[in-house]
Amino acid sequence: MNEVRSVTGAATSAATTHRRTRITVRGMALGDFVLQNGTLLIVIAVLALIAGVFWVVLASSMPTIHQFGWQFLTNQAFDPDHNSFGVGPAIFGTIVTSVFALVFAAPLGIGAAVFLVEFCPRRARTSLAFFTDLLATVPSVVFGLWGFLVLAPWMQHSGEPWLKLHLGFLPFFVGTPRGVGLLTAGMILTVMILPLVIAIAREVMQIVPNEQREALLALGATRWEVVRYAILPFARVGITGGVILALGRALGETIAVTLVIGNQANKISPDLFATGYTLPSVIANQFGEATPGLFRSAVIEAGLILIVMTLIVNVLARLLIARMGRHHRVGGLVA
Amino acid sequence: MTSIVAHNVNAWYGKHHALHDITLTMPNQQVTALMGPSGCGKSTFIRTLNRMHEEIPGTRVTGEIRVNDVNLYGGRITAQYVRRHIGMVFQRPNVLPARSIYENVAIGLQINGIARGKALRERVQQSLHQAFLWDEVKDRLDDPAAGLSGGQQQRLCIARALALEPQVLLLDEPTSALDPLSTLQVEDLVRHLKAQYTVVIVTHNLQQATRIADQTAFFLLGRIIEAGPTEQVFARPQHKETEDYITGRFG
Repeated sequence: MNEVRSVTGAATSAATTHRRTRITVRGMALGDFVLQNGTLLIVIAVLALIAGVFWVVLASSMPTIHQFGWQFLTNQAFDPDHNSFGVGPAIFGTIVTSVFALVFAAPLGIGAAVFLVEFCPRRARTSLAFFTDLLATVPSVVFGLWGFLVLAPWMQHSGEPWLKLHLGFLPFFVGTPRGVGLLTAGMILTVMILPLVIAIAREVMQIVPNEQREALLALGATRWEVVRYAILPFARVGITGGVILALGRALGETIAVTLVIGNQANKISPDLFATGYTLPSVIANQFGEATPGLFRSAVIEAGLILIVMTLIVNVLARLLIARMGRHHRVGGLVA
Repeated sequence: MTSIVAHNVNAWYGKHHALHDITLTMPNQQVTALMGPSGCGKSTFIRTLNRMHEEIPGTRVTGEIRVNDVNLYGGRITAQYVRRHIGMVFQRPNVLPARSIYENVAIGLQINGIARGKALRERVQQSLHQAFLWDEVKDRLDDPAAGLSGGQQQRLCIARALALEPQVLLLDEPTSALDPLSTLQVEDLVRHLKAQYTVVIVTHNLQQATRIADQTAFFLLGRIIEAGPTEQVFARPQHKETEDYITGRFG
């Protein structure tokens, strides 16, 4: 009994000593003060870095901004020999290939996630999910190489002629099958962002409470109706976020696209067989030769436009998600 | 007359044998309470009555459950058919949060293609009346269901089940997540519903069983120890385990 008491007494006195010796700065414990201001400093440093990058890019783009103004966005020639620069076809190619990828990857990815979460036997799910995740870790240059060596020749000799034969009445499939071009680039991008869409959609669907499934099942719903009325509405906001994230990835993808898009575009046309350019592929192709002056400025301004585009996409995505989230809470939105 | 009759029901989760030879008649226009300590199998049993049990991977059920002499586990009966005719309400109110109050009630009728247009609206209104909820929500049917209180949400879930005009209504601890006042409202509702429905309710609240149940079955370790009229089970239990449980010696 005495022993116990003496131990407790020692602990108490130690605590008081400790309290007495604690150093404070402006009423805060030293540790908290350091932590708060240290982390604040880190945030400021990151923001300054981003602002600095943006500033350098903007400043280095000034020659072409002065020379061409807004026409830089629409001018179809990127011609260093005649000092005529514009990224119209590259902006077009960036949007076309990314939207193409989104249009195909979103339904495929969400469908695959629905299968994995709702229909797949549990044991198979883990390994299948592992393989789709693995797909996301393949370096993009490998995708590009595969696209260039396997997909592009196949598209040239089989895929594109088939499309031309059966869907040739559409303005998208009219040119000469070349293999490399907007279509192949779009397809490569689809494959590349698919695992991202699957992974996010899967995660979001897995956290839908089981009670929501049971609510529908108990009314005599089929598995499809459970997905349609319980899972997808609940997971909607998260899935949208994932899809937009995938779009961001597609917009900025460089090397895989550069390898299969042909890197030649002097006009904007709806023909998907045509070779094209994207903003990242312009940069990747030209930066080596870019001599100081207008040429270098043009390459850097392409980067500036890419930054602004991804920024716009992200802001739109946040607005959309915030809106959907509000509807989710208030529930005014009705399918 | 739609009694629900279980005969020699056994259920497993993987290798765990959760129900042993359950035989129980749950008569029409009566409330049957299933009570017992946690893990006794009462929830498992109620989930075999509308074939929700089989939604958990690795589960298995043997035996017979008959409604109107139709075996729910007969070869040609689908789980969807069973659930469409046997309504269920769960422990926690599981309204569809993004949908309106109206849509929450209508959804069962819509997916089963039972009613549309005017008939649908009438059926929704009638179900909300039956669930004692109409007066509270009639002016805000298009508001999201998530905005209702817990007790209102649970009555909305009951309305959703009633909209399908089920032959049996299963309630799996429907008041365990509710405050005392909401609990009384739901109990009041259950007493009214038995005029039209066969009601089975899982509860581990003994007072609740005495308040609303005509018949009570006491479960322990996956077996029915005792079943009979509620008064008899509480006043003159035939088995020592039952007596120990209702006098609060364990559980």
